[in-house]
Amino acid sequence: MKITELFERGEFVVSAEVGPPKGCHIEGLLEEAKTYLKGVTAVNVTDNQSSVMRLGSLATCKALLDEGLTPIFQLTCRDRNRIALQSDLLSAAMLGIENLLLLTGDHTKMGDHPQAKPVFDLDSVSLIHTVKLLESGVDLGGNELVGEPPKFAKGAVVSPCSDSLDAQLAKMERKVAAGVDYFQTQAVFEPEKFIKFMEKAKQFGKPVQLGVVIPKSAGMAKYMNNNVAGIHVPDEMIEELKADKEKTKAGITGTEITARIIKECKPYCQGVHIMALGWESKIPGLLEMAGI
Amino acid sequence: MLITELKSKETILSLADGKKVFIINCHGCKETRFPEKEAAELQKELSADGNVTGSITTDYICNPENLKLRLEHHMSEINAADVVLVFSCGVGVQTVAEYLETKKVCAACDTYRLPGFQGVTPIEHDCGQCGECYLNLTGGICPITACSKSLINGQCGGSKNGKCEVDSEMDCGWERIYRRLEKIGRLDVLKCPTQIRNFATDDATK
Repeated sequence: MKITELFERGEFVVSAEVGPPKGCHIEGLLEEAKTYLKGVTAVNVTDNQSSVMRLGSLATCKALLDEGLTPIFQLTCRDRNRIALQSDLLSAAMLGIENLLLLTGDHTKMGDHPQAKPVFDLDSVSLIHTVKLLESGVDLGGNELVGEPPKFAKGAVVSPCSDSLDAQLAKMERKVAAGVDYFQTQAVFEPEKFIKFMEKAKQFGKPVQLGVVIPKSAGMAKYMNNNVAGIHVPDEMIEELKADKEKTKAGITGTEITARIIKECKPYCQGVHIMALGWESKIPGLLEMAGI
Repeated sequence: MLITELKSKETILSLADGKKVFIINCHGCKETRFPEKEAAELQKELSADGNVTGSITTDYICNPENLKLRLEHHMSEINAADVVLVFSCGVGVQTVAEYLETKKVCAACDTYRLPGFQGVTPIEHDCGQCGECYLNLTGGICPITACSKSLINGQCGGSKNGKCEVDSEMDCGWERIYRRLEKIGRLDVLKCPTQIRNFATDDATK
């Protein structure tokens, strides 16, 4: 199922993210997904997230599909040139994977193989353009594909709380021009910034899923503030996480904060994308608290 | 070493396109092949309609001190122009664009790599000598060398407080490009078609 069909029907689309393990055993991930992600429409599978080498996104997507879940294949430009990217896109179509999230990707220096060659032959915009071409039956080299061309729901990311919002919006516009179908955002902790962003972004007429991360502790919040681009956890939220350590440790404070953010932003967007970062077990409770 | 080649005549004429133009030729490094004859012919054509406010032919514009000295006596002609058209390698164009920071500065040439030394390149600017030059789409700041991912379609999501995700000392190249385009009133170039790099430029120098 393409998630674009749900946006078209006016549904509020909920997706969550899973990160493949560093190893070739996937039973644990599948068990978690089946237990906690049943109420979620689609599941993003990250592509060597943060440039840390792991089990592949494509294989994990196929395993989720076999379990009856709807995977979103995340594909970055960091590790593959245009030949490998197009080949993996055809492989995804052959395996029945219909949803994509197309990204530039973190630099290799950010991860656990800083010596690796960063590829970036294409970037998020030219990758969207490439998928669009494949869908028309032609590859980037101008050669015709054999048989019925693939069809995907093409997603991309945008960072609504970035300190350079105007440049982010300009990039968003280029993604729209290249043919993207929907957006997922970087994690939002400042609903008022997100709402202002949506006022400007709605001109593009593409569905936007609000990105959320469940904050696990005050330390994690501070770490994100110092190290993660486009994320700012306000001081009062950090104080809230500090106030009752046991409650925060149990995930209750983080869930409350996240549910509040979702409720506040929900009238302005078309869905929510949950990055639980190992706290997948909190997702059912979060959805209930947020009234979804 | 490097080879500079004129961009297509249509491209250069579209850069000028009825606007007032000041022309800078750099015959700098003697190791470099510069298309003098072709450039002169084209510039004659540009001058014919009376839109050229002035021109200079000089050397080593990649040296900011030298550039400043050379341009000092031409500032009224430069101020009278809408566009400064630079016939040089990529380093030269970037040095001019930085010096004339509120002026639209355009590259009339593409720069191709040859083994060996490149002029007196100051460390602030670098030219990847990658053939097809993107400086006209980026306000004269090179996205290949100023962005750690060499992105050509805009910034990634990795900059924080204007700094690159790879190096907290390094300004995000695309934020610099955005600010420059804002300054010269050319944010419209960000709406250009999706760019895809051509790595098969070796053929052009054979």
